[in-house]
Amino acid sequence: MNNEIVLLGHGSGGKLSHQLLDDLIIPNLSGVPTEDQDDAAVLPMTGDRLAFTTDSYVVDPIFFPGGNIGDLAINGTVNDLAMAGAKPYAISVGFILEEGLSLADLEKILQSMKQAAEKAGVRIVTGDTKVVPRGKGDKIFINTSGVGLFEHEVKVGGSKAAVGDKVIINGSIGDHGMAILSSREGLEFEAPIETDSMSVNALVADLLKEFGDAVHVLRDPTRGGVATTLKEISVQSKVDITMKQTDLPVTPAVQAACDILGLDPLFVANEGKLLTIVKADVAEAVVALMRKHPEGEGACIIGEITGESEGKVYVQTAIGGRRSVEMLSGEQLPRIC
Amino acid sequence: MSDIVKGFRDPQVAKDLVAEIHKAVEGFDGTMVLMEVCGTHTMSIYSHGIRQLMPKQVKLISGPGCPVCVTSIGYVDRAVALARRDNTIVTTFGDMMRVPGSTTTLNHEKAKGCDIRIVYSPLDAVEIAVKNPDKDVVFLGVGFETTTPTIAGAIVTADKKGLDNFYVLASHKTMPEPMAALTADPELQVDGYLCPAHVSTVIGVEGYEPLATDRNVPCVVTGFEPLDMLQGVLMAAKQVVAGTAKVENQYSRYVKHEGNPKARELMYTVFEPCDARWRGVGDIPHSGLQIKGEYARFDAEKAIDVDVEPPQEPKGCLCGEVLKGKIAPQECPLFRKLCTPENPVGACMVSSEGSCAAAYKYGIEE
Repeated sequence: MNNEIVLLGHGSGGKLSHQLLDDLIIPNLSGVPTEDQDDAAVLPMTGDRLAFTTDSYVVDPIFFPGGNIGDLAINGTVNDLAMAGAKPYAISVGFILEEGLSLADLEKILQSMKQAAEKAGVRIVTGDTKVVPRGKGDKIFINTSGVGLFEHEVKVGGSKAAVGDKVIINGSIGDHGMAILSSREGLEFEAPIETDSMSVNALVADLLKEFGDAVHVLRDPTRGGVATTLKEISVQSKVDITMKQTDLPVTPAVQAACDILGLDPLFVANEGKLLTIVKADVAEAVVALMRKHPEGEGACIIGEITGESEGKVYVQTAIGGRRSVEMLSGEQLPRIC
Repeated sequence: MSDIVKGFRDPQVAKDLVAEIHKAVEGFDGTMVLMEVCGTHTMSIYSHGIRQLMPKQVKLISGPGCPVCVTSIGYVDRAVALARRDNTIVTTFGDMMRVPGSTTTLNHEKAKGCDIRIVYSPLDAVEIAVKNPDKDVVFLGVGFETTTPTIAGAIVTADKKGLDNFYVLASHKTMPEPMAALTADPELQVDGYLCPAHVSTVIGVEGYEPLATDRNVPCVVTGFEPLDMLQGVLMAAKQVVAGTAKVENQYSRYVKHEGNPKARELMYTVFEPCDARWRGVGDIPHSGLQIKGEYARFDAEKAIDVDVEPPQEPKGCLCGEVLKGKIAPQECPLFRKLCTPENPVGACMVSSEGSCAAAYKYGIEE
């Protein structure tokens, strides 16, 4: 199949479509046998709450250092479910393929999706594939939707940040956005920056199990970066959030790339990061627990809730000044996820 | 953080410099106004929170240092007219995309189907011209002496390749002239300049001599890192207190006294001085660069005939006053209300280095 490409017929619903599904997509993603393939997946469930989320992925380029559009599409939806405090349960996948996409590339993407789903412990239970004529799409777009179940009674949310709470992140910021940018034509940096794309649901599950109601907010700072996410939380909770610039974890490579391009890592996207706001008295223990996880080795406290207001975010700069932080305006980097 | 940068952001050294600035102006009666004329300085002041560290006697204001912000509205209109032509590809640095023309933006025209592409280097535009021999490729040449040599290089390259489909719509500006014009403005108080860093790597230190000697304004060529900025302020403040006016070079690790003669030679191979219109500031003699006669076939303004709509300045926009440092962005009645980065009225809100965009993104409203 290696020399083959996606043809319009692969989206016809006819023989070619079935071949693509049976030979490539289903064996890689779900392995559901033909006799069990129906129009909808029927899933058993327990509990009285369900988390439900959807996201579409149009990242350009589709392969980038440390990942590709496939694992990104699984990790993103898994993380969105985890941020609601839910255990990711099942995922749907919708593909829009451009005529001419190489089937070898598609297979690589499918394999990454499978690995990402296995790592997160989530099943891909239903899907759809459409093909658009060459020039009407861009290689591959993926939509994933997911449902998650709850194994606890904790209710987290952006409006629950309270004065005195600490803001914690599980590692360095800005890696994904800079990985994408650095892999675009003409902007290669000497030291490759890899995406941080990964699922963090296992880390969230442990946090909630250990600290329960002391965990007030969970958010993944994707597009718009940490700055935009914290601004959203500050408005939702009507509080001031103050960060210390010297506490922000930024790798030397990301900092250097941002400096060259005039970007601020606080506004650059992440795809494997967890921002959590917790009661002050458990903050150190939360950091310690996170650091024991492979997904949280770089965990640290980056700020705190400093007062009640209509929602302001500040940074105490390294040299002792102070600046306010607004949401990202316009596009900093288009098509990063 | 990379070690090379870390050194220029050291909190303890910053603290010492701030203390020195406070000490230097102790007993100084009144307020000294120091103006920076460089978009990256504007961003640095805001993003590091430098204003709040200043003693009450030192006021930092931003001048016309962002090339996108000072580009006239008529220029954007002409770029739009070129983009609307058949078989034309307009190439540009990203910042120009959202700058409002009289009735539209390049971004809007792109969405409607015009072929407008963002490039990171003017040489990429030359490559696009090579790959599309049946189309006219226009590069929007905007910028100060930092950028102009690279665009001159692109024109020389296109000339060597024998391209007949590559054009530059030039709106290049040069630096010391507007600083002299602002100093001459009776409504404006400028007691010292923090001179632009990158521009100075090309034009050198000597370009500012007339400002110091003839107009009696202290000038300090200053780098971008927080410690550079603080040291630049300290050097300028000391001059103001002492009543001296000379050109000093804080950014000596990159800026040589004579600048970069090679870059200037390339620039003046292709360009020659001309009068220029600065948005908000007005016409300033010899403050622009136009493409020389022998390269006129690359000059989009001369070589391509298009109908350009008559320019209309946006109502109520005080970009001009902001660019001259007469008001702070927050003092404009449109700021944050009608004029936001999503819906910019004036160019200062569009460019990532514009004063209004910096104030919107980082400013603490007192």
